[in-house]
Amino acid sequence: MSKHTLSVLVENRPGVLARVASLFSRRGFNIHSLAVGPTEHDEISRMTIVVNVEDQPLEQVTKQLNKLVNVLKIVELDPAQSVQRELMLIKVRADAESRSHVLELVQLFRARCVDVAPDAVTIEVTGTADKLDAFIRVLEPFGIKELVQSGMVAIGRGSRSITDRSLRALDRSA
Amino acid sequence: MTEQMTGAQALVRALENVGVDTVFGIPGGAILPAYDPLYDSTKVRHVLVRHEQGAGHAAEGYAQATGRVGVCMATSGPGATNLVTPIADAYMDSVPIVAITGQVPSAMIGTDAFQEADISGITMPITKHNFLVTNPDDIARTIAEAFHIASTGRPGPVLVDIAKDALQAQTTFSWPPQLQLPGYRPVTKPHSKQIREAARLIVESKRPVLYVGGGVHKARAAAELRRLAEMTGIPVVTTLMARGTFPDSHPQHLGMPGMHGTVAAVGALQRSDLIIALGTRFDDRVTGKLSTFAPHAKVVHADIDPAEISKNRHADVPIVGDCREVISDLIAAVQNEFDAGRRGDYEAWWKVLNHYRETYPLGYKEFDDGSLAPQYVMQRMSAIVGPDALYVAGVGQHQMWAAHFISHERPGSFINSGGAGTMGFAVPAAMGAKVGRPDTVVWAIDGDGCFQMTNQELATCTIENIPIKVAVINNGNLGMVRQWQTLFYDERYSNTNLHSHRIPDFVRLAEAYGCVGLRCDRPEDVDATIEKAMEINDVPVVVDFVVHQDAMVWPMVPPGTSNDDIKVARDMAPVWDTDD
Repeated sequence: MSKHTLSVLVENRPGVLARVASLFSRRGFNIHSLAVGPTEHDEISRMTIVVNVEDQPLEQVTKQLNKLVNVLKIVELDPAQSVQRELMLIKVRADAESRSHVLELVQLFRARCVDVAPDAVTIEVTGTADKLDAFIRVLEPFGIKELVQSGMVAIGRGSRSITDRSLRALDRSA
Repeated sequence: MTEQMTGAQALVRALENVGVDTVFGIPGGAILPAYDPLYDSTKVRHVLVRHEQGAGHAAEGYAQATGRVGVCMATSGPGATNLVTPIADAYMDSVPIVAITGQVPSAMIGTDAFQEADISGITMPITKHNFLVTNPDDIARTIAEAFHIASTGRPGPVLVDIAKDALQAQTTFSWPPQLQLPGYRPVTKPHSKQIREAARLIVESKRPVLYVGGGVHKARAAAELRRLAEMTGIPVVTTLMARGTFPDSHPQHLGMPGMHGTVAAVGALQRSDLIIALGTRFDDRVTGKLSTFAPHAKVVHADIDPAEISKNRHADVPIVGDCREVISDLIAAVQNEFDAGRRGDYEAWWKVLNHYRETYPLGYKEFDDGSLAPQYVMQRMSAIVGPDALYVAGVGQHQMWAAHFISHERPGSFINSGGAGTMGFAVPAAMGAKVGRPDTVVWAIDGDGCFQMTNQELATCTIENIPIKVAVINNGNLGMVRQWQTLFYDERYSNTNLHSHRIPDFVRLAEAYGCVGLRCDRPEDVDATIEKAMEINDVPVVVDFVVHQDAMVWPMVPPGTSNDDIKVARDMAPVWDTDD
């Protein structure tokens, strides 16, 4: 099994997320991570879906997704040719004695401290999945109280945009 | 053209404008506003059915018989959920239907209101697309979009769920609306490079087979298929959904492939070196154990749905497109090969196939106690009723016998539930087919189990003057399940005996519905009974053919095994030539 990152442009309409999610589950494909949000065009939302599949079933996922009427475009992003980021908020035990050690790690990972309490700090960090995993590992000895992670978002490198042509299709149909 | 009217009036006007002449349905609270303007429509006939499942299957039968979109209508909640089975059936068999359901008022959606069900959520995985409409201004456009989606590309069911308040509110109706479907772009024109590659493989192959599915008739490409077959001399097999697309009487036709296929059709695919798959999807009922299916064959796979290509079996030459365009282009490309002096030689192949055909023809066992063999009933129906009728089958043994022992000569003349295998399909689908083609003789061929699931629609048929004919192949049992119990469960007949030789009395049941009821339980009466049924054209006819309970469907590939293990009768396997 290998991980593939799909950028899926969809019409910004109610129920589209349910259609995509239910398609994955009923066809037996595993979603590793999913992030969805608006784009620079009001009519278009963009999903970044990380899916765990072999190459052959990946083609089947893509074809089935393409059959959804609300799906405008699917692009697989090559990790080498794209920027991939996740966001994590993590609450770590940190009292007067350990706080400076924690803050040092925050510096090293170019993270940010966003909240401080007498016995804990909350840290915001972004990066690739590998970086976030590494950060978790170094914080674990202090005691992780709570952790929340976003799905991955990704965008291709260079000047090309995958939304331009889809928007033209929208214009034609309007 | 713009006009002020209610959402309900806009709905009916939109249905009229897209060309709907018949709606099958049952009213209820949430859809009630739509039934009021429907009452006034002179263009749309509403057929009041007895169960919403009947409405859905009738819409399917109508669609398959006419090639137009079938329409069914139901209210919210249980009315809508009763449509789920026919919608799933239409999805599996790519039948264009539009289901219109009422929904509770938009302010009440999500409150578990009376007769509320999330039907768009429920049908998401079994529709090509569905809509929930809460704004009256969207109704007309959504109906136009629904019909466009249902009928283009790979056809399929579309559900439009409309909130009651949207039906009641005022809107401005304008026609034609601008469709807003930027993500819907079916590809119909095949890629010329792939077509040339397919033609090259065709003339180079030694043992090719044309594997024809339901998509060929859906593309209205039977004539093109025949030209391609005849110009190349390649043998043809037709799946359950394609029976009639290529005439059974044609010398190049080997019959139906699959679990209950003919030895010639199954053997041809297993031994082929090139499968030209047209509008078909390598269903498990055709391939048997996939890893052993046609092990030496290269595959040319043409389908309008790209997701079907290489889904089950890898395609060496994938062709996305409408089958009529694909086959027309193939004819031209093969002709180019011929003109260049390249032509396939299939003489040795035909020798093998003719040997299969002659050694293992379709057959069946007569019973020596004077009881009726169901296969004999089919053969006599085929001879007396003829190829111009529509035959609409349910699901089970009778369906397989109808597929085999009726001579299917006309594209689309055999309508049945293939992918979903929906028992109870036949009577309501026959009703819908007859409404769509009133001048054609329509025979439902049903089993006693199937018949008892949906025979309430005989009341609809009588009252609405839809004179279908129903042959109940009554073996008193859930016959196909019983056959599996005989073969794989040590003859332990757990819950398959329906006792329908005794209860109900199908003749009296038919009469209670205002139909003519006939019974036949002896071979010598079969012809006269069918002839009598053919003479009655003012009311529906039900014939109770009481047949022997031990009749079985052969040939059979046992489930989960390779097609090479096909049996022509219990413990009787064909002998394959091992040197090819």
